[in-house]
Amino acid sequence: MSEAVLRLGLVGSPNSGKTTLFNALTGLRAKVGNYPGVTVERREGEATIEGRRVVMIDLPGTYSLTPVSKDEEVVTRLLSGQLAGVPRPHALVAVADACSIERSLLLVAQVLSLGLPCCLVLTMVDELAARSGALDIPRLERALGIPVVGVIGHRGVGIDELRRVLSRAESWGRPPILPPVDAEERAGWAESVLSHVLHTRPGRSRVTDAIDRAILHPVAGTLIFAVVMLAFFQLIFAFAQPAMDGLDHAVAFARGWLHGVMPAGILVDFLVDGVLGGVGSVIVFLPQIVLLFSLLYLLDDLGYMARAAFVIDRVMGSIGLEGRSFVSLLSSYACAVPGIMATRTIPSPRDRLVTILVSPLMTCSARLPVYALLIGAFVPARRVFGPLGLQGLTLLGLYLLGSLSALVVAAVLKKSLFRGQGLPFYMELPPYRVPTLRLLLTQVWASARAFLRRAGTIILGVSLVLWALLHFPQVTAPPASGPGEAARFTLEHSIAGQIGHAIEPAIAPLGFDWKIGVGLVASLAAREVIVSTLGQIYAASDQDDTTSLRQAIRRDVHPGTGEPVFAPATVASLLVFFVFALQCMSTLAVMRRETNSLRWPAFAFGYLLALAYGASYVTHQVVTALWS
Amino acid sequence: MRSPSPAPPVTLDTLVPGEAGIVEGLEGDGPVDQRLRDLGLVPGTMVRTLRRAPLGDPTEYELRGYRLCLRRTEGERVRVRRELALRAPDSESAA
Repeated sequence: MSEAVLRLGLVGSPNSGKTTLFNALTGLRAKVGNYPGVTVERREGEATIEGRRVVMIDLPGTYSLTPVSKDEEVVTRLLSGQLAGVPRPHALVAVADACSIERSLLLVAQVLSLGLPCCLVLTMVDELAARSGALDIPRLERALGIPVVGVIGHRGVGIDELRRVLSRAESWGRPPILPPVDAEERAGWAESVLSHVLHTRPGRSRVTDAIDRAILHPVAGTLIFAVVMLAFFQLIFAFAQPAMDGLDHAVAFARGWLHGVMPAGILVDFLVDGVLGGVGSVIVFLPQIVLLFSLLYLLDDLGYMARAAFVIDRVMGSIGLEGRSFVSLLSSYACAVPGIMATRTIPSPRDRLVTILVSPLMTCSARLPVYALLIGAFVPARRVFGPLGLQGLTLLGLYLLGSLSALVVAAVLKKSLFRGQGLPFYMELPPYRVPTLRLLLTQVWASARAFLRRAGTIILGVSLVLWALLHFPQVTAPPASGPGEAARFTLEHSIAGQIGHAIEPAIAPLGFDWKIGVGLVASLAAREVIVSTLGQIYAASDQDDTTSLRQAIRRDVHPGTGEPVFAPATVASLLVFFVFALQCMSTLAVMRRETNSLRWPAFAFGYLLALAYGASYVTHQVVTALWS
Repeated sequence: MRSPSPAPPVTLDTLVPGEAGIVEGLEGDGPVDQRLRDLGLVPGTMVRTLRRAPLGDPTEYELRGYRLCLRRTEGERVRVRRELALRAPDSESAA
């Protein structure tokens, strides 16, 4: 028997310390995916315990095993062995916070009723003692009839004993009588169990109470919330910038170096523009993503994120979402990828899906290069009010347009596609805790690795396809033309150039010509790619120097009419297009992964394209009318 | 511990911070009520209102040794009997 792999399911409520325990037992070897058909995270990790292989299945945190949604049904079906492709665990490990054992026993009762071998892990036993609570573990073992182990997860105390217990899952005791199923009777059962185990309810955590008095104070709490959110936003932008610039320079240096050491030709173009250009434009966001996740996990582990959600819930509730949606939408200001990943904390599947679908509307940092180019080239740098300039106000306006649209779309989605009563809203404010550095690093690394893996696969693949479209067929320019003209000629006759010409009738109502069309096609990979593509088209001497590109697009005129290509209406329309359109392979890929379907990324792409087209059309019409 | 003249049942959301009540029952038998019961809001459970969020909703409660935040819409589903003896310390306490 000791040869066979032992599959253990970890069941516990959110904040029970389940994930800390999972990490302590499996180290960094967690495999993360989705259960078939639903947006439920599947986490499994392998460990060798006392010489035998154990697969730990970290089940989603839950307060109850009675499912009230399709997502929760997955857990129930997995535990009863009815989930296709996922074997039933051999035994279950119930995880409960020793400080809230009265509530946890309600879940433990349901776990015991499943009839699988079971043991109970009590976490945070140190906190129970510190808050002068008490619980006799041997008595609890006798009362429940199963092994009970007390641990302090983050310090590793009790983990060795737990390993010994886990390795003998076959010989765990069974409860003499299964607990009742009905919720009311279960509560009575829990009370009677606790009356036999010398349980003393812990006192309130004085530190948590004191901090909460300030942080949740009607006036001070709101102010603190605003300050924390502003600081969060500012740090992500300000602190990440030097590292991002550094990476950008490193990529540019590598491209220059390759150009220098390799003979000119298609191969070096491929490596420099296709591989380094494509992947490089995405890798530069790594510092921002690492910083964002560090702050996000730090605030979450400290216990502030739950408070932030508590403070802002009413506002989010008015559009049909909840406080936890706010936190992930805020992250999407940096990048929708971590923002969408952060929606995992939202228990209601509908709210989570709506949050995912509107995240691309939050102005992410990839739009900044595009905005910077267009605003820098066409909006006069004039002071309007005090230190506020017209350029800054335009940028602010674009941010506001995106954010307000996200709120409107969320409200509309909740009233149409996602109508009806979902889960009740409930959340816990966990005691404040100082997270260990190790836990923090583990979480940040897991997120960074997921991002890098995507950059290395999907984004690389798409970059290569785009490069090919921009470079083939290789039509040679007339011999008299200069190097810049030659590049432009080749591009105009490439497949992408032809696509640009082909879609020109469709985008002409928005004020876009074929060159902008090529840029839009290329920016499907990532928004900022339009800048480098326009750079290639305008054959600017140096693609990374936006000053020369700025001048080039300012001077460009339509060959027939002599009208400027970038007329005011066109610039406004293009800016608005970028506020709405979902031109980002990474976002689509992460949506695909997080929703476990192709339908939702396709829906998001479609509705945002329709919005972008409509809004750009209206903008073009209005600005044209106003300007003349 | 029971107050001599029981107050008529009210809903949980009407208890102001500092007040406590004993759960009498839930509004219905739907999934929302089922989940609230699973969270421990069953008849006989003592619930104390701790604080409202700065914007007035949701509210944090204490029950069964833990704390739970519920919105007004969920609180309305829970019928409670106000416990006069367990009001905030500054208020008049029943004998």
